Amino acid sequence: MHYLIGNLGHFAVITAFVTSLLSAFAYWKSTTLIEIENKNSWLQNGRFAFYAHVLAVLVIVASLFVIIYQHYFEYHYAYSHSSLHLPGQYMLSCFWEGQEGSFLLWMFWHAVVGIVLIKTQKSWEASTMTIFTLVQAFLASMILGVVIPGIDLKLGSSPFILLRDAMDDPIFKLQPDFIPKDGNGLNALLQNYWMVIHPPTLFLGFALTLPPFAFCIAGLWQKKYSDWIRPALPWSLLGGGILGLGILMGGYWAYETLNFGGYWNWDPVENAVYVPWLILIASIHTMITFKNSNTALKSSIVLVIAVFVLLLYSTFLARSGILGDASVHSFTDLGLSGQLLIYLLFFMLGAIVLSAVRWKEIPSTEKEVSTYSREFWIFIGATTLCLMGFQVLLPTSIPVYNKIISLFGGSSNLAPPANQVEFYSKFQLWFGVAIALISGTGQFFWWKKIDHAKLKTEISTPLLITLLVSVLIISIAKVYNVPYIILTIAGVYLIVSNLTVLLTLTKLNPKLSGGAIAHIGVGMMLIGVMFSAGYSNVVSLNNSGMLISKELPTEFNRDNLLLFINEPRAMAGYDIEYKGARIEPRHKSAYINKNDVELTLDPFKVVATKDIIFRDEKLYQAKDTIEIYPENTFYEIELRKNGKIAATLFPRVQINPAMGGFIASPDIKRKITRDLYTHVSLPMNREDEPEWGNLEEVKVKANEKFYVSSKYSSTLESITRIEEIDGVKIEAEDVAVQAKIKIQGEHEAYYAEPIFLIKNKSQVGRLSAEVNDLGIKITLLNILPETNEFLLGINARQKDWVVIKALEKPFINILWLGTFVLMIGFGMAMVRRFRDYNLSGE
Amino acid sequence: MKKSHILAIAVIGVAIAIIISTAGDASTYVNFEQASQLASTGSSTQVHVVGQLPKDAMGNIQGLENSEDRLSFSFTLIDDASKEQKVYYNEPMPPDFTKSEKIVVIGNYQNDRFIAKKILLKCPSKYNEQKLNAGV
Repeated sequence: MHYLIGNLGHFAVITAFVTSLLSAFAYWKSTTLIEIENKNSWLQNGRFAFYAHVLAVLVIVASLFVIIYQHYFEYHYAYSHSSLHLPGQYMLSCFWEGQEGSFLLWMFWHAVVGIVLIKTQKSWEASTMTIFTLVQAFLASMILGVVIPGIDLKLGSSPFILLRDAMDDPIFKLQPDFIPKDGNGLNALLQNYWMVIHPPTLFLGFALTLPPFAFCIAGLWQKKYSDWIRPALPWSLLGGGILGLGILMGGYWAYETLNFGGYWNWDPVENAVYVPWLILIASIHTMITFKNSNTALKSSIVLVIAVFVLLLYSTFLARSGILGDASVHSFTDLGLSGQLLIYLLFFMLGAIVLSAVRWKEIPSTEKEVSTYSREFWIFIGATTLCLMGFQVLLPTSIPVYNKIISLFGGSSNLAPPANQVEFYSKFQLWFGVAIALISGTGQFFWWKKIDHAKLKTEISTPLLITLLVSVLIISIAKVYNVPYIILTIAGVYLIVSNLTVLLTLTKLNPKLSGGAIAHIGVGMMLIGVMFSAGYSNVVSLNNSGMLISKELPTEFNRDNLLLFINEPRAMAGYDIEYKGARIEPRHKSAYINKNDVELTLDPFKVVATKDIIFRDEKLYQAKDTIEIYPENTFYEIELRKNGKIAATLFPRVQINPAMGGFIASPDIKRKITRDLYTHVSLPMNREDEPEWGNLEEVKVKANEKFYVSSKYSSTLESITRIEEIDGVKIEAEDVAVQAKIKIQGEHEAYYAEPIFLIKNKSQVGRLSAEVNDLGIKITLLNILPETNEFLLGINARQKDWVVIKALEKPFINILWLGTFVLMIGFGMAMVRRFRDYNLSGE
Repeated sequence: MKKSHILAIAVIGVAIAIIISTAGDASTYVNFEQASQLASTGSSTQVHVVGQLPKDAMGNIQGLENSEDRLSFSFTLIDDASKEQKVYYNEPMPPDFTKSEKIVVIGNYQNDRFIAKKILLKCPSKYNEQKLNAGV
């Protein structure tokens, strides 16, 4: 038992909690005191306490890493999230698979951001850090794991809890020091490199929304109503970029790993981060407006507060268990819902009360904005973004309404929309069109004062180009659906108008072109989404007209396909063929046929029964021991078009009973214009004893051709006397012979080697040989010396099969490329605003 | 009228439209009786039904039928009002289905038969280890 590391970690958690409170108090003192000397000494105290807090956070992180890396399974966290055989890089994912670890990740980023904040500005330190450290105190309380004596209230859930305290298993009564030999392992879905970088990116995005909130609240508190925008803006831009990147990485992970056939499922937890991101983007735009023209201050304040509160709300939704079955991202309910609710309400009500008190004092302009001003277009755009978020937030919160109604004794049977994707898409599509049109047009007002007449001359060329390009896209890609046509035109318009601006800017000042580039990225993403989602095409579509059941009169199209091994099926212009089950060696990147290896007692090791050749390269020799991942099976699927191989895909199925059973991940063939995407819907269970058909007998002579199952041409090549069976020597008076039968399968020749044994001169033993891929079993039934013939018994079973689904995703690369362009735009804008802030010398 | 007023009215209008449409598109949790009544009024709205899969003493699910090509299956579900209903699903059986106890089906009655468009499984084992694998 390694008590020390856990105690150290838990001690650091308590230290982190206390120091964040101390730091908050000191910074608050420093902010509110008037005398300069006192102010400074409290500031020193606050800073010291914060550094102590950062140190404590680092100790917590290090302790948890040690526990995971050293496989200390006496700790609940290591036991339930890791295992001995987990590859090193995924141990990082273990760290944030649990709720406690993800809170810790969030705290860690706050600590980093806090240090940067202290280093980069002077006059705002005390007031912003008061808010910052308060947030940290709430986060630290989530992993505190302390029971308050007297009222018996448990605060937080510690990641350093011992297994025996977390789990009520009788073994701990007999053997309190019991340590399991291996852990439960990491959820197979998270064993993916995107899961190593997606959570840190997302939580960095979360953490980056805190500085703008802290500046805003500090500004209201210190009555510096407009000064806070300049230092807050670069943080918002960085946050917008990183949070957007984090969300899209999650989408990309889902596309690669989950089998719902896309990157975005409008799942409540996805929505819960999408909404704050939209509002964050809106807030960036109003803040820029304020910097340029001193308007939109109040809306900036409201939006910046809303972003942070919505992030807390999303945390509450994802972690309180309130979504229940409504979401796939189920975190275990750790009993923190009360604490999470207090966290949310504290900052929400605090911010609302503070802004309400100060509202009258906030300067605002009463002058009417002109339709030909950029302020007008930005404001409309920000409003649209807010409505776009509102449309998603409203249905996502349905479980919350039900809960509130039931708290007041009522009962509500409201459920989320049955088809989430269809429901959200039909609204978000039009919002996307509106955003594209508004920001495309807004660009013309951005850099110049423009009136009605000027606008006409400015806009006519881009409009013409837009129409030309759109017509080209629509006719070439055959977009004949009216909403999609409109979305395409809007997206192209957004790209073209921003390209026009970009051309002018590169002549004037290329440093200012971040915004235009980001908008081009958005336009590309809209078009990419339209194609990949709207024109996603089921290749495995099975319109054979079969009935769902004989009792049902309705006919259905089916998206799945049953494939028997080595039997091609023609579907949607492709020939699809299942070629067998494969496993993956641990140390080489290849796929090995399951038939070419033998299992050993150790599930992580197999022995090659023949030379293993993959893509013309000999990887292992017969009898080599190969380390494998026993949970993973890959199903080789070949897609051919006009006789040529279009793709060989290896969709994966993971079976790990400890982590929730069956998980299928797709394999994707990426091409420039389209992705081919295949996943297994239902694999055959090899452990089920197969049902063999009736025995069919054939009499054959050596080297005589015969047919197995009336389709496989076969020959009995030889009969040899053998001295041992499976390494066991045969007694001297016994006789054993082995037949070697060559069977020509669809693609390759197989050998079956059944054995016939005569023991004690009279007892007959027969060892059948099975050819897995052909689904046959051959037994050497008898030897007929009179006619020089051999009697073979052949049993057939249903061949190996797999049920798959295959999709085509056209032009999905435009979406990923657009994301990339958007990020470049964000990066440029951020660099510009950070420079601007540094030059201001605050 | 000021432009900002027109804008405010437009925003309120869109917001109200969103609320109404959400209320209209939201599904409901019902039992089979209510779902059947709903369908008999000619509505084709999809509803959520929560139910239990009947199991025998050995823990095998009763009334489970795979289609011959395994691309669809049907099963019996007992709702909260203890009504037994055969449910059809036009997708292969989710591999964890046999381990589930309580499930949610989303679908509707078509010609007196309940067709599920989506099945949400509640696996007792998922993310919730009850016993240590003490043997290993």
